[in-house]
Amino acid sequence: MIKKILLMGNPNVGKSVIFSRLTGVDVIASNYPGTTVEFCKGCVGKAEQKADVIDVPGTYTLEPTSPAEQVAVELLNRAIEEKDSIVINVIDATNLERNLNLTLQLLKREIPVIIALNLWDEAKHIGISIDVEKLEQILGVPIIPTVAITGEGIKQLVTRLGEAKKSQYQYEDKERWHEVGNITNSVQVITHKHHTIGERLGDLTIHPWTGIPIAIGVMLLVFAVIRFIGEGLIGYIFEPLFENLWSPVMMALSRFLGGQGIIHNILIGQLIEGEIDFGQSFGLLTTGLFVPIAAVLPYIIAFYLVLSFLEDSGYLPRLAVLLDKLMHTVGLHGMAIVPMMLGLGCNVPGALSTRVLESKRERFIAATLMSIAIPCMAQIAMIFGLIGKFGIKGMSPVFGTLFIVWFVFGFLMSKIIKGESPEIFTEIPPYRLPYFGALLKKVWMRIKWFLREAIPFVLLGVFIVNILYSFGIIAFLGKIAAPIVTNLLGLPLEAVGALIIGFLRKDLAVGMLAPLGLSLKQLIVACVVLAMYFPCVATFAVLLKELGIIDMIKAAIIMIVSSFLIGALLNLIL
Amino acid sequence: MSRIDLTQMKTGESGTVIELYGGYGMVTRLEAMGIRPGVMLTKVSSQIMRGPVIVKIGTTQVAIGFGMARKVIVRVD
Repeated sequence: MIKKILLMGNPNVGKSVIFSRLTGVDVIASNYPGTTVEFCKGCVGKAEQKADVIDVPGTYTLEPTSPAEQVAVELLNRAIEEKDSIVINVIDATNLERNLNLTLQLLKREIPVIIALNLWDEAKHIGISIDVEKLEQILGVPIIPTVAITGEGIKQLVTRLGEAKKSQYQYEDKERWHEVGNITNSVQVITHKHHTIGERLGDLTIHPWTGIPIAIGVMLLVFAVIRFIGEGLIGYIFEPLFENLWSPVMMALSRFLGGQGIIHNILIGQLIEGEIDFGQSFGLLTTGLFVPIAAVLPYIIAFYLVLSFLEDSGYLPRLAVLLDKLMHTVGLHGMAIVPMMLGLGCNVPGALSTRVLESKRERFIAATLMSIAIPCMAQIAMIFGLIGKFGIKGMSPVFGTLFIVWFVFGFLMSKIIKGESPEIFTEIPPYRLPYFGALLKKVWMRIKWFLREAIPFVLLGVFIVNILYSFGIIAFLGKIAAPIVTNLLGLPLEAVGALIIGFLRKDLAVGMLAPLGLSLKQLIVACVVLAMYFPCVATFAVLLKELGIIDMIKAAIIMIVSSFLIGALLNLIL
Repeated sequence: MSRIDLTQMKTGESGTVIELYGGYGMVTRLEAMGIRPGVMLTKVSSQIMRGPVIVKIGTTQVAIGFGMARKVIVRVD
């Protein structure tokens, strides 16, 4: 009986899609190598015959070169020890030769193997045909052609899982590539190849003279689309819902509670000129719901729609190649744009994805830079709401400063921290038209994740703020922090409340600036300091795990010192 | 017939890999991606200012950092 099933294969061959098909568990899959950095578990089968399925990070070889690959090899070794485990080796049919290298390594291990020959449709489309029966005979394990994205072949894969077996295939390790070549030649026929539109686009986007202008265009378009969708959703859907439907309910509740008192203050907050102001009232049911749902969620939806499209099309690795040189000046290589882009959505997945980077030094620089200078979408949405009305005059100092900080700090860290930055070495996947259903599902998963993570923390934050204010704790802390907050940063004492809540949720912290009546200069200083000074608690927990306590302390010192330095500098020159 | 490294190849040119210079780790990584002696590859493009080189092996495109690309020796026919 099978107890455990490991899904193994090269990066970007569709393991996560097969995982999702087998288990019904939703996982993120994208068209670039290294989407899965942490293994994911689910089950297949019913009652008595249930087996755990594990989505293993992709690896090219069983000799690991990055932490994600290390995870893969450890999972395999553990499964071999535990017995009753099998491996589903997922192979990219369009890249048979390279994929077989890992397969032959797997066949030598003491574990039954079954092969899913994935991307079968794409292989046929580009003129590659593979003699599956013959390959089965040579390797001595069952092989099932699959098209994971549409579900083709998955049923057959499940019914044949029991046929997985240890291979009798023998070869010398030194001769492995030779063997791979022989096998490939005997089973694969490449009939003809036409240059597809995807390939032509691929060439244009990766040649420097056409690729760089296209990349700039893409980034501007991305920004415009996010703002268009985000503002549209807020202006036409979410704000009217709150103003017209929720507001009367809250006013009734307010009257019911007598318009004042501690319960009223916690649930509804302060009435502004006898009305509820969702941005400023600061009750659990008013601002506490408005911030995550009406102010932030629309931008989260917009951002993840655009990001998921970039991920699934295969553009991200090309952008990584174009930006490789720029990333080297901050001690990283091109693929480090992945944590930066994911960090723009939420710093938590951004921090996790630093695992695709090879060295400890790189991971430290990438994680620190991301948490200092990359504000998450929730925070950006609130900054848009607060400073957006000042237009470019308000936005450019905030985001311009953060970009300069990113660049200068990265440059300094790459000079100060010993070691070399490894070079980019990555597969560039072909362009694929995103499969719309899968894309929407991915966006939905990320939105669900946001709602689950954000709303409780925002509510907790609002609750704490109310408590802190009621007992005069904010005023007290304000007095203590006065020298830094007032003299150095030029902010009113009340801003200290935002700095405290910023540890919990950055979006709420930015929201707390709204009732303070700050000048544009003060808003800019406060937004930059809030973005830089410390990661939110969720990111902090992940960073602590990824970097270890010592590096986390170093990173935290860099963040705190630099944020007040930059804040003071802005206060002086603006 | 000449022995050159990947950075010296012209865009669009094809050649056969004859040697990989470098430590065990680097050779393993290159080989795992299918870049090993005897393999035919085509240079797809290279970035300005000593940026990465992109080559095509079979149906796979791979981006290789400049320093690493210099350690892949090819014979252009």
